[in-house]
Amino acid sequence: MGAAQGSCEAAWLTPSFSRWTLRGMFDVVVVGGGVVGCAVARRFTLQGARVLLLEKAADILSGASKGNSAILHTGFDAPADSLELACIQAGHAEYLAIREQLGLPLRASGAIVAAWSAEQAQALPRIVAAAHANGVADAREITSAEILHREPGLSPAVLGGVLVPGEALIDPWSAPLAYLLQALENGAEVRRQTELYSGTFSGIWNLQTSTGAVQAKTLINCAGLYGDVVEERLLGATHFTIRPRKGQFVVFDKAAAKHLGTILLPVPEAHTKGIVLTPTIFGNLLVGPTAEDQEDRARAATDEGSLRMLVARAEAMLPALRGMPVTAAYAGIRPATEEKHYRVRHEPAQNYIALGGIRSTGLTAALGLAAHAWALHNGTQSLIRAPIPAPIAFPIWPQAPRLAEHDTRDWQAPDHGEIICHCEMVTRREIEAALAGPLPARDAGGLKRRTRAGMGRCQGFYCHASLAALTAGRFA
Amino acid sequence: MIDVAIIGGGPAGVAAALALRARGIARVAIFEREASLGGVPRHCGHPPFGMREFGAVLTGPAYARRLAAAARAAGVEIYCGHSVVGLLPGGGLDVVTQQNHFALRALRVLLATGAREAPRAARLLGGDRPQGVLNTGALQAALYLQNMVPFRRPVVVGSELVSLSALATCRRHGISPVAMLEPGRRPVARWPLTLLPRLLRVPLHLRADIAEIRGGATVESVLLHDGRAIQCDGVLLTGRFVPEASLARMGHLAMDAGTGGPAVDQYGRCSDGAYFAAGNMLRGIETAGWSFREGAAIAQYITDDLCGGLPHGGEAVAVLCGAGLKYALPQRLARVTRLRGVLQLRVSAAVRGQLCVRAGEAVLYRRHLTALPERRILIELENIRLPPGVAQITVEILA
Ligand SMILES: Cc1cc2nc3c(=O)[nH]c(=O)nc-3n(C[C@H](O)[C@H](O)[C@H](O)COP(=O)(O)OP(=O)(O)OC[C@H]3O[C@@H](n4cnc5c(N)ncnc54)[C@H](O)[C@@H]3O)c2cc1C
Ligand SMILES: Cc1cc2nc3c(=O)[nH]c(=O)nc-3n(C[C@H](O)[C@H](O)[C@H](O)COP(=O)(O)OP(=O)(O)OC[C@H]3O[C@@H](n4cnc5c(N)ncnc54)[C@H](O)[C@@H]3O)c2cc1C
Repeated sequence: MGAAQGSCEAAWLTPSFSRWTLRGMFDVVVVGGGVVGCAVARRFTLQGARVLLLEKAADILSGASKGNSAILHTGFDAPADSLELACIQAGHAEYLAIREQLGLPLRASGAIVAAWSAEQAQALPRIVAAAHANGVADAREITSAEILHREPGLSPAVLGGVLVPGEALIDPWSAPLAYLLQALENGAEVRRQTELYSGTFSGIWNLQTSTGAVQAKTLINCAGLYGDVVEERLLGATHFTIRPRKGQFVVFDKAAAKHLGTILLPVPEAHTKGIVLTPTIFGNLLVGPTAEDQEDRARAATDEGSLRMLVARAEAMLPALRGMPVTAAYAGIRPATEEKHYRVRHEPAQNYIALGGIRSTGLTAALGLAAHAWALHNGTQSLIRAPIPAPIAFPIWPQAPRLAEHDTRDWQAPDHGEIICHCEMVTRREIEAALAGPLPARDAGGLKRRTRAGMGRCQGFYCHASLAALTAGRFA
Repeated sequence: MIDVAIIGGGPAGVAAALALRARGIARVAIFEREASLGGVPRHCGHPPFGMREFGAVLTGPAYARRLAAAARAAGVEIYCGHSVVGLLPGGGLDVVTQQNHFALRALRVLLATGAREAPRAARLLGGDRPQGVLNTGALQAALYLQNMVPFRRPVVVGSELVSLSALATCRRHGISPVAMLEPGRRPVARWPLTLLPRLLRVPLHLRADIAEIRGGATVESVLLHDGRAIQCDGVLLTGRFVPEASLARMGHLAMDAGTGGPAVDQYGRCSDGAYFAAGNMLRGIETAGWSFREGAAIAQYITDDLCGGLPHGGEAVAVLCGAGLKYALPQRLARVTRLRGVLQLRVSAAVRGQLCVRAGEAVLYRRHLTALPERRILIELENIRLPPGVAQITVEILA
């Protein structure tokens, strides 16, 4: 370690030292701009830390957080007494608490765990008992008559179910975007197209990235599908191994949404949560995900056989879907590991925290995980503890894009420019906003996630050309 | 109050507006979401358009301009930049402009919102999701409206008329398709057009279909079902038109699974008698000229209806689509002594047999038929006499 770095270290141990004199030094570097990293950046920034988030892709949400079912879970079926359960419930509660200030939507759809066979029906009392043990007191068994009364479009083959009123739908992209925007508005920094290559800890973290060196007191590994790789690069060894698990989805036309109002969950199997049929906050109907183990951490390919299987499963549950046009198909990859539980690791001696293996509940749990990471960090009593000045008294609350079908959208307000994407009713003003501000979209996927442009039924037949013209030269 | 509100200012909508004005209807309004009238031909930078309508062979944009000028000259109220976002029973429209959002009522509404090509997702086409997987419509709009070239060496999927026109468009813009794929045993379009790929030196692969698209940010290759891989930098998905019928689907109108459009009677009348439909929104693809004539014909019926001269739609005979057929249009017939108009049919696979219309055991019409997919098959309705009392007739192809 060089002399300059040594003086840095000494300097920050002095409480009076102004943090602005150390330009290259951050209190916290967050590796990874998935939903977990975005939530962590927000939490630490609001606590007063100087935060830098590194994301190797052109835009945030390019990994596991790119494609999920967008359900805000209650934890009714989470492992009892687990960290996952605690984070799901804390994350859910915090989402409800902050969502109005950030302009984030919620559709309180509730969920039904539906039994389609006698064997599944037998499992229902156990599901209710587990839910109650997890503190989800309003979960209750309901009869098939009650289910069909609530959802008349469902196949009468349904035998019964468990109603979980607290399960809800959110916007899976605007939420993490808003978390990171709030961090940025309150002083954090983000570097996209910046991959963490390596790092050494010697009182502070000296990090090598694809865009240069960075120094930080604390490092939080939120690298999702590469969490083990990043841990190995930093600590020389990793305590977990990512086993990517792909999930494919089919999205039906918006006309399908009138046939189902409640999230329809399967009776859980050992391996995964199984195939879900659910409305989305955007007014579509979604069926998926599959659960396919694969080597590749990046390639989220769909295949015709699985897509046909999903369509058939959806049609069997909701016969009105027969002949319903398919609007989109996509796949997401879960950062599963060799074990089922979250792989959280705290090394106080190195100011290192890993939030790894956040497999299939991270959208819900992210805010809870962030609070947990803060508690871990704050509880550290070692000498090299990184002091954080004080929480921000009056944080800025930026506004997330308003894309929920049930909210007032921009096209319903005057002066929106013009409607560019007619299927999803995206305006020129929304597109221009997504290309500006502190975190402009950097690729076509990022623009879609911020605006939904091109995500609708025509998949670009009408809007591809105008979108290409509006975004010319704007992407990485 | 507007007499007839027309949604969509393509060939069908404009033709209907002209015909309505010519028959003395006072207030005829077109609501078009784009900035100008013309519909899809606005970005078809190639002939042939307008031979029958204007007695000249025009390119799409020139044809679109003629349509717009004719509508203006005829005193049609033209509202461009107006998106219709909702239909209400009895002829109520929900309309959005840049500035505001309003509701209006018209005595009759004509749906003329056209058709688009089935996108990748609707085809359940698997693989990665790189940029550069486009429909012909999007390609043409990029080339003609924005001067942008999205790829250089694409694979073209399909061999319909529009697929061949796509090849020509590519060539004109320095794009060299590396292959043309047709899942069927023979090209869908008619000879001699099917010579075009050879003329342009684009290998045509029959019985070939993509299993998987591969690529990262952009397309790198496609993998066929037979295991072959083809290197390319884009995929152009042509044809397989579906009506742009989401307004009808989201609203209250009865839909037809065969055409993908609203179910209509021989007058183009929907399940709600205040609504009519014409053009490609009825069935996917036909030529612009056909859509134009159809718009004009249905406008005559709308005029009759406004004067109380159209037979009641209430007690109709259902037209069922039987063996061998993909769709039959119209889907029901208002019962009248002399039927007018045509029954439009399509097959989903090549067939040879007896085209037959029957009511129970009684054969109402019969002729020999050899047909290929996407070819126009017509039955003049005046050749069919509905026996009294039948509730439905079936159209089918008997081997
Ligand atoms: C099919 C499916 C369905 C799901 N459904 C739900 C649901 O309904 N509800 C719910 O709550 N959760 C759901 N989830 C789970 C949720 O999506 C994940 O738990 C969550 O996205 C994990 O986020 P993450 O931030 O840990 O990882 P990621 O999103 O993978 O983020 C990690 C980021 O780190 C970046 N990165 C990696 N290495 C480096 C490096 N060296 N340098 C810089 N950056 C790096 C990556 O590019 C990536 O952007 C689902 C997941 C899947 C796949
Ligand atoms: C790539 C391509 C090449 C073709 N080449 C030829 C050719 O060479 N020769 C030929 O004869 N035909 C050709 N055609 C076919 C021809 O374009 C169509 O037959 C014709 O345009 C159909 O007319 P239409 O009025 O039914 O629909 P369209 O032309 O599709 O017009 C529909 C109009 O409705 C508007 N609209 C839709 N929804 C709304 C709404 N909610 N509110 C307001 N407005 C709305 C649209 O913006 C559009 O302007 C081609 C088609 C394509 C796609």
